Amino acid sequence: MTDMTSSELYIADPKMTAQNVNVFYGEKQAIKNVSIDVSTDLVTAFIGPSGCGKSTFLRTLNRMNDTVAGARVEGKIMLEGEDIYAPSMDVVQLRARVGMVFQKPNPFPKSIYDNVAYGPRIHGLAPSKADMDVVVEKALTRAGLWDEVKDRLGESGTALSGGQQQRLCIARAIAVDPEVILMDEPCSALDPIATAKIEELIHDLRGKFAIVIVTHNMQQAARVSQRTAFFHLGTLVEYGKTTDIFTNPKQERTKDYITGRYG
Amino acid sequence: MTFNAAALLLLVAGLALIGWLAGRARSVLLAHRAGNKLHSRPQYHGWYVALWLFAPAILFLTIWSAVSPALVTNTVLDSPAAQNLPQFGFERAAILADARAVAQGKQDIVRLEKSAPLVRPYVQATRQYALIGISAMFALALAGGLYAFTRIRPEFRARSRVEKIVMVALILASLVAILTTFGIVLSLLFESIRFFKLVSPSELLFGTQWNPQSGAPVKDTFGGIPLFWGTVLIGAIIAMIVAIPIGMMTAVYLTQYAKPVVRKWVKPLLEILAGVPTVVYGYFAALTVAPMLREFAVMIGISNASTESALAAGIVMGVMIIPFVSSMADDSINAVPQSMRDGSLALGATPNETIRQVLIPAALPGVMGGILLAVSRAIGETMIVVMAAGLSANLTANPFSSVTTVTAQIVKLLTGDQEFDSAKTLAAFALGLVLFTVTLLLNIVALRIVKKYREAYD
Repeated sequence: MTDMTSSELYIADPKMTAQNVNVFYGEKQAIKNVSIDVSTDLVTAFIGPSGCGKSTFLRTLNRMNDTVAGARVEGKIMLEGEDIYAPSMDVVQLRARVGMVFQKPNPFPKSIYDNVAYGPRIHGLAPSKADMDVVVEKALTRAGLWDEVKDRLGESGTALSGGQQQRLCIARAIAVDPEVILMDEPCSALDPIATAKIEELIHDLRGKFAIVIVTHNMQQAARVSQRTAFFHLGTLVEYGKTTDIFTNPKQERTKDYITGRYG
Repeated sequence: MTFNAAALLLLVAGLALIGWLAGRARSVLLAHRAGNKLHSRPQYHGWYVALWLFAPAILFLTIWSAVSPALVTNTVLDSPAAQNLPQFGFERAAILADARAVAQGKQDIVRLEKSAPLVRPYVQATRQYALIGISAMFALALAGGLYAFTRIRPEFRARSRVEKIVMVALILASLVAILTTFGIVLSLLFESIRFFKLVSPSELLFGTQWNPQSGAPVKDTFGGIPLFWGTVLIGAIIAMIVAIPIGMMTAVYLTQYAKPVVRKWVKPLLEILAGVPTVVYGYFAALTVAPMLREFAVMIGISNASTESALAAGIVMGVMIIPFVSSMADDSINAVPQSMRDGSLALGATPNETIRQVLIPAALPGVMGGILLAVSRAIGETMIVVMAAGLSANLTANPFSSVTTVTAQIVKLLTGDQEFDSAKTLAAFALGLVLFTVTLLLNIVALRIVKKYREAYD
């Protein structure tokens, strides 16, 4: 049903491609035949009512569903032309390339510095302390947190406010220099001011990373994304330019959801 | 006529039953007569009467049975027959006990000549006080019952009254354990004070020579350091070197790697290990582990290795503590939010890196609390050390030599024929007090850590 023929929608060099993806939890099918492209230049938003499968689908993109017992994925998901579900794919390496930010800020109970340095350390990205300092500063700067925390890098990450914690988690994801960042309702636990900061950050990061954001909040999708995918009952109902989805939806179900008829 | 407590109890219970029926009937009758609805259902009125009847009577009976023997003895002592009793000491107590036994029918004839004239006063006094006690009890029961009975009205809130009485009963029940603990502490304290009148506390706490056999409170007999060191060496060092790594690894395996089926079987098996009586561990330590260790020690050239060794006791104690450590660590690791684990995995960390760098540090306070609790258990453990560690108070760091612990020495001091007022026996209470204080402190610290840690993730 997705309208991929329109020349405006065509993505020449997609970062990730999903083709006919089905996800099962045991007997239950959570995702039905979803195909979608993700680009570095455009922020993609997944919207839909609770339980529609948008988060499940997001988690298949970096194989976080592997940790769920009984989860099974069919179809093809490619990252730069490589099948991420191929046996030869190193999951650990994949997750370094496809980072993730979660619904609730989940900084480690370590210092701010160590939170950001965690990823680079395990992947051996910064051999010396001086290199690490550079990596940490760069990641915190990109996440818009540097000025707020530069004098207290040794304090615990859990002592920050909710919004700062979430930006710390984004900095942590950025620090390993991923290609894609998946955000699973990153603002649902934050107040409006903190939310605005994260949204601003998403704008700044666009073009450097391919960003996919799951959100409950339709205004947020409209504000931050250029492509929107509407999920309902495990299917991708409509995928298109964000402006089209919100002003001129082609599907009746999309229109009903956008106008608040259900969900 | 003596106090037959069981018969009295039954009698009062019977009265309470009558009270229950009467209270219930009266409430129904009154409601019917006044033509309005009862606030509480009839059986609550019944219970109200029954409880008022039963509780004061039983309370009185309990107190009376504790007090009356002393009253009886006092009366006997005041009687003319008791005038030529010896004034103090053992003989006097023996004569009184003899006369009492005959008077209560536990003995057919007196064993001591001097107690014969006391039997009759004893019988009289016992009878007199039993009569007083029983009448007072029945009077109380009836008074309580009547009081409750007259208060019954249709609008009387018997239901909430019964609720209150039940609550009081529950509070009393929980007080029993607390008061018992207090009693234990007090008795320990009194005996210890008696000991510290003979030997100074600093001698016990800091002295390095332990030779209590003579029992004389002279210098260099009651120095506790060798015992404390032995306790620490076995319970806090060797046992923990065994229990912490194995327990932690078990917990990590069970929480992170084991399939649900494996977990379902292994956890109960570990709990069985925790339920093995410590005396069985003691056999194992003394008969299997200790000889093996000795041969090993001889093989590597330690000639003075003893068959009783700190190592044997410590290793077996460590094994005993494993389930304890692993279950505490299991709880702590499980309490670390899943989101923390996901966060690490999503950064491309392997499960192993996630466990080492995120889960264990996050769980560490809880694990530390668990380890402190385990230490406090280990140092209070008795059977294994009695059987495997030996009784010679050596101040040594050599794990192959025989050492002794506080608990083992308490057992040694209190077994056999002992007088209960020599420094030697009193030393056991003082050691017990030290042990109690240390384990109490460990438990308080551990529970505080665990609690604080739990709050951090709520």
